[in-house]
Amino acid sequence: MNALSSAPRQRENGAAAGPLPDAAAPAAKQRASGALPPKVKILVRNLSFYYGETLALKNINVALYANKVTAFIGPSGCGKSTLLRVLNRMYDLYPNQRAEGEVILEGENILRSGQDVNLLRARVGMVFQKPTPFPMSIRDNVAFAVGLYEKLPKAVLAERVEEALVQAALWDEVKEKLGAPGLSLSGGQQQRLCIARAVALRPDVILLDEPCSALDPISTAKIEETIDELKENYTIAIVTHNMQQAARVSDHTAFMYLGEIVEFGATTQIFTAPEKERTQNYITGRFG
Amino acid sequence: MSLYGRRRRRAQLYFGLCYLSVAIGLGWLALILGTLIFEGSRNLSASIFTQMTPPPGSGGGLLNAVAGSAIMTTLGMAIGTPLGLLAGTYLAEYGQHSKLSSVIRFINDILLSAPSIVVGLFIYEVIVVRMGHFSAIAGAAALAVIVIPIVVRTTEDMLLLVPGSLREAASALGLPRVTIIRKIAYRAARAGLITGALLAVARISGETAPLLFTVLNNQFFSINLNGPMASLPAVIFQFALSPYKEWQQLAWTGALIITAAVLALSIAARALHGKGQPR
Repeated sequence: MNALSSAPRQRENGAAAGPLPDAAAPAAKQRASGALPPKVKILVRNLSFYYGETLALKNINVALYANKVTAFIGPSGCGKSTLLRVLNRMYDLYPNQRAEGEVILEGENILRSGQDVNLLRARVGMVFQKPTPFPMSIRDNVAFAVGLYEKLPKAVLAERVEEALVQAALWDEVKEKLGAPGLSLSGGQQQRLCIARAVALRPDVILLDEPCSALDPISTAKIEETIDELKENYTIAIVTHNMQQAARVSDHTAFMYLGEIVEFGATTQIFTAPEKERTQNYITGRFG
Repeated sequence: MSLYGRRRRRAQLYFGLCYLSVAIGLGWLALILGTLIFEGSRNLSASIFTQMTPPPGSGGGLLNAVAGSAIMTTLGMAIGTPLGLLAGTYLAEYGQHSKLSSVIRFINDILLSAPSIVVGLFIYEVIVVRMGHFSAIAGAAALAVIVIPIVVRTTEDMLLLVPGSLREAASALGLPRVTIIRKIAYRAARAGLITGALLAVARISGETAPLLFTVLNNQFFSINLNGPMASLPAVIFQFALSPYKEWQQLAWTGALIITAAVLALSIAARALHGKGQPR
């Protein structure tokens, strides 16, 4: 089987379904660079997605590697956010949306009908474009969902809150005022609060849907540092419009266009030596 | 005349008309409130709240009426608010686009503007006639029927103001829908929900027609829910139309009490609403 990055290319060449990437696929490439083969956390196979009758994702094949950051870039409407919303089945909230294909999280297809979506979303956390703190205190924002899944003694829960806020690089700024309303924080702090909220559940994967697009450069830098630290413990997927950001934070990058993955590979390769002309055009700002 | 001058004259004329309208509208209101305070406070004393409504020709208070109004308003709210809240929640959270909801919404809007005397007649037919006598329960039921559409409306409106992104964010944490509604949507809309309930209280505490058909009135103090009970609006209605001076005086005082209570509630509702707008 080929290296993963070749899968989309083969499909474009006319094969109905390209060879499926599997856990072993990227090994060859990584071995060449002398690193250990990374583990695949989420494997997306032949995924198509529909908004009503509209086909929004066309036969997507891609993998998210454990403890790595995978960036999805591409012009507006190319399906980046849609793909992210499939990975935790957010689309289930809306009756007209459906997905076909497989999304395999640690051996299990999460698109199967028996999947407990709430449990899945606790394992695959998500942070949105606009910060969305709940109308409660900073502490409760972080502890709320945890309390619903685990019955923890107060002291343990407090530790959990601290741990999550530390990981989201917010602890030092809020440790004196955990009782203050989450909405009283600044935009950047609110966004890190939302990251802490997701982290507190100890998920396997964290999905970030343009987490910095509503933030100023300083807050953005803080979030990027946070992402860098978070990948020690979590697998991260980030959708971003900002190509510099993708280059800075990610290990792998997928370039999407019109509902397809045009090119997927190591970030350095995508940004320095893209194989596709379209990728080249996009990253150099010639379109999109 | 210059164009500028003409425009200025027209603008002044328009302003003048606007001010005049405001003056007329507010003038009457001030006149009503002034008369009410003047006439109502003349008789205002502690005995109003400690003595029963008197027979004609002797002094007394409004204790039984105030207590009866408080009991029936509370009971009407206790029945109507949960029903309205749940129905409004259904409309906003579960059946937003279903056929059933548009039907419910339409009927609710009709109920909202239905004359309260119709509600009184309805309860008279359904409860009073079957029970064979007037009762405070029937009165509370009539008030509840008035409360429900108000609370349904405000609940739906307030929940729809809660941004969908908040619900999505909560879903993304794996929270079940019920939890999202109860712990997050209600909380975000809390000020609005309370305002709606307070407005409903203000509305029913002054209703007379539905009570005349259902609880009648009572000369004496009663907390028997199964029998007739006094209420402020009914007492005002009866006393104001009577030829007796003392009764007319008490009617003024009763009117002042209701107005003050409703005013206080409206101010409280406004203050609450201003403090915590749903966002």
